[in-house]
Amino acid sequence: MEIIKADVAIVGAGGAGLRTAIALAEADPKLRIALISKVYPMRSHTCAAEGGAAGVIKSDDSMTDHFNDTVGGGDWLCDQDAVDFFIAEAPKELMQLEHWGCPWSREPDGSVAVRPFGGMKNKRTWYAADKSGFHILHTLFQTSLKYPTIQRFDEYFATDLLVDDGRCQGLTAIAMMTGQMTQFQAGAVIITAGGAGRMFPFTTNGAIKTGDGMALAYRAGVPLKDMEFVQYHPTGLPNTGILLTEGCRGEGGILVNKDGRRYLQDYGMGPESPIGQPVLKTMELGPRDRLSQAFWHEQRKGNTVQTRWGDCVLLDMRHLGEKKINERLPFVRDLSISYLSVDPVKDPVPIRPVVHYMMGGIHTDINAATPLPGLFAAGECACVSINGANRLGSNSLTELLVFGRQAALSAMAYLESGASPSNDAALAAQAGEAQARITSLFAKSGGAETLSGLRKEMMDLMEEHAGIYRTGEGLAAACDKIFELRQRYADIELHDKSNVYNTDLVQALELGAMLDCAEAVTVGARDRKESRGAHQRLDFTERDDQTYLKHSLAYYQPKEPPHIDYLDVVITKSQPGVRDYSGAKK
Amino acid sequence: MSERQIQLEVLRYNPETDSEPRLQTYSVPCLNEWVVLDALNYVKDNLDTTLSYRWSCHMAVCGSCGMMINGEPKLACKAFIREYADQIRVEPLANFPIERDLVTAVEDFIAKLASVKPYLIPKEDKPIEAGEFKQTPTELKKYKQYTLCINCMLCYAACPQYGLVPEFLGPAAIALAHRYNQDSRDGGRDQRQEVIASHEGVWECSFVGACSEVCPKHVDPAGALQQVKIASTIDWYKEHLMPWVKK
Repeated sequence: MEIIKADVAIVGAGGAGLRTAIALAEADPKLRIALISKVYPMRSHTCAAEGGAAGVIKSDDSMTDHFNDTVGGGDWLCDQDAVDFFIAEAPKELMQLEHWGCPWSREPDGSVAVRPFGGMKNKRTWYAADKSGFHILHTLFQTSLKYPTIQRFDEYFATDLLVDDGRCQGLTAIAMMTGQMTQFQAGAVIITAGGAGRMFPFTTNGAIKTGDGMALAYRAGVPLKDMEFVQYHPTGLPNTGILLTEGCRGEGGILVNKDGRRYLQDYGMGPESPIGQPVLKTMELGPRDRLSQAFWHEQRKGNTVQTRWGDCVLLDMRHLGEKKINERLPFVRDLSISYLSVDPVKDPVPIRPVVHYMMGGIHTDINAATPLPGLFAAGECACVSINGANRLGSNSLTELLVFGRQAALSAMAYLESGASPSNDAALAAQAGEAQARITSLFAKSGGAETLSGLRKEMMDLMEEHAGIYRTGEGLAAACDKIFELRQRYADIELHDKSNVYNTDLVQALELGAMLDCAEAVTVGARDRKESRGAHQRLDFTERDDQTYLKHSLAYYQPKEPPHIDYLDVVITKSQPGVRDYSGAKK
Repeated sequence: MSERQIQLEVLRYNPETDSEPRLQTYSVPCLNEWVVLDALNYVKDNLDTTLSYRWSCHMAVCGSCGMMINGEPKLACKAFIREYADQIRVEPLANFPIERDLVTAVEDFIAKLASVKPYLIPKEDKPIEAGEFKQTPTELKKYKQYTLCINCMLCYAACPQYGLVPEFLGPAAIALAHRYNQDSRDGGRDQRQEVIASHEGVWECSFVGACSEVCPKHVDPAGALQQVKIASTIDWYKEHLMPWVKK
C-alpha cells in the first residue's frame, strides 16, 4: 500500500478545507499539507450557497446585535463563547476574501454592500449577487493554487481514520481513478467534509453530501453533537429541491398562501410589513425554522396551493421588477425558469420547505478540536456550536472561514506541542484492516439487498419521522428501522467489481455513512423530549430549559444504536428568553 | 405528469475489461420535466449499477456533469428531455481521454487553469485592518462576467483548436486570466502575460467562437480571448515600435 506522509491531512476541499489549507500554507511554508477530497475542489457543495455571508461591517450594525441574532435564532443552544469568537473574527475573514479577489457586490462608492437576511436585526450579509458560495469557493480554490505546499489528492475517498496511542495519526483513502487504497500518515487530521442532507429525499444538498466526514469521526469514537437539529430552508423548488435563496425575501419577496394571504402574520411574525419594504426580523425575514413550521400548519389547514409536485406556497417577487431581479437575483430567475418554467418577473414561484443544513456534527470545542487528540473539524460537518438549534441564514459561509482557519491554527499548535513518534507498524496494520473491509465488500455475492432500495427506505423514514414536526412514536419506529437497515446493509452486493472509478463502491460507502448519521439524528431526536428551534415535537411542544438546555452527544456503537450523553451549553451573557419575531411588539 | 420511454444510448468503457468503447442502450421511462442526468440516475438506481459518471449539484453550478449529448457538449443537469427526440446518445466530453464510461481525465485542464496565475496579485499592499479595496459597481462589471465560469470544460470539448493542439491553454483558462487582468484591484497582468500571450496561449485560438456558444453560464470566453489578443498586440507595438512608451 502506498504511504503518503504529511504534517497535516485535510479531508474535504470545499470552502472550509480550502480555507484551512491556505491558513496552514501561509503560516508555515515548510508544512506538508495533504488536501484530500472525493471530488475536485470546485465541485464541492459550497458552490451552491447563494445568499451570502454574515459579518458586522456597517456603522449601523454591532457585534452585540450579531450575537443576539445568532443566539436567539439558535434558541439558546449555541455556545456563547464560540459565538463571541465567531462574530469577532467574521468581518476579518470576509475582508480577507475581498483581498483575495472575491467579487463581492458593491455600493456606488465602491465599498462592500450588505443585504438583509432572515432573523437579523440589521443588514449584515455580504453577497456576490446570488452566487455568494460559488464565488467564495472559486476565490479560495484559485487562491490555493498560489501555494505549492498544498498537495491535492482529488477524487480520493477517505474510508477510515488511523488512531493509535490515543491520537489520530492519519487516514486511509481510495484513489478513485485506480481503486488503490492509500495510507496517509499525518501528525494531525482536519475533517472539513460537509453535511449529510442526502439522508433525506427532498434536499437542496448535492449528491456528494452524504455525511462521510461525520461518519469517519463517529466510528473512531468521536461523538456527533446535536444531530437532531436539521434545518429546513423555507423556499425550495418543489420538483427538484433546488434552493431559492433567502435573499429573495431579503430583497422584498413575499410568501402567500392559496388565498393570497401573507400567512406568516398568523404565526407570530406579523403584522404585515408593506409589500416591497421588508422589515428586518419579522414576517418574511423571520428565522428559517419558524417559516418552515408555518408552512406545515398552512398545509394542514388546507391553505396551500396544489401543484403536480405536491403542496406549495407561493414566493412572489413580481413587485421587485425585472431590473432588480436581474441585478440581485439573476441565478434565482435562471433556476426558476429552467427547472420550473416559472419566470419570477411575471409569476409567483411555487415553493416548499426543503432539507438544507445540519446544525449538528462532529463535536468540537471553540478551537475546532475534537476530543480525539490530533483530530480537528470545521464547517458543516462540525458542531462548534454557533448554530444551536437553528442556524441563522448566512452564518454558515462565514463559519467555514472562521473555523477553517482556526482548525489550521489549532492543528499547528498541536504539532508544535510535539507528539511522540508514531508506531508505523500499528498504523500499517490498521490500514491493512481498512483495505480488508473494502476487499470483503467486493467479495460478497448473492445479497438480497440493493443499494438504491436501502437508500430509499432510509430516505422515506427520515422524511416521514424526522421532518419539520416529529412525534415520540414515529421517532421510536424510525430508530428501530434505521438500526435494522444498518444490519441489512451488511448484505449489500457490489455488482461493479472493477477498480477504475467504481461509483457502485463509492455509493455503498456513502450509504454506510448516511445510515450512521441518520441513526444519530433519529436517536437524538427521540431522546430530546422538548421542542427547540428546528426540533419540534408534537408530543412535547414546549422548550424545556430545565432538562434540555444541553447539547446531545451521540456515541457510535458497532452492534447497537448509539449511546446518547449530554453536555451543558456555554452561557456567558444571554439567558434563555422568548424568541420574538413579531414586528408589533418592537 | 406525462411520461415518455426514452432510448438512452450510453458510451461504456471499462479499461480493465474492454479493448475499446461501446454503446449500450437503456430503455428509460422519463418524466417530461426530467433532465438527462435524471435519466442516468434512473439507470444507475434501477437498471445498471455499474455505470460511472460524475454529478453533484443538479443545478448547473458545480460543473461536474459535462458530457456530449447527441454530439453537443452539455451539462447533463441542464439538458431537458423535453428538448430531445426519443433516442438520446450520451458520451464523455470530447477532447478529453476517457477513464471509464462517462468519466474523463481532467488533469490537463486543471493544470492549465493553475498555469495562468488565477489569483489576485494586488496592485498595492494593504493590510486587512485597512479595509476593502474600493471597487465601484462599474469596475466590478468590467470583469464580473468572467468570474462566472464553473469549470465544466464544455468549451474545451467544443474547441476545435484544443482538439488539434492539446498544448493550447484553451478558452476557460484564458478567460480566467483575463478576469484577474480586468479586476481594478489587480496588478499582475505582466506576470500572466508570459503564459497567455505565448504561442500556446491566445495565438492558438482561431476564433471559431464555439466556446462561447456552448458556455452554460454565458461567460463568453471567445470575447475574452479577442480582448487579450488586442491587448497583447498593443503591447507588442509599444514594445517594438515605441520602446520609449511605458507599457
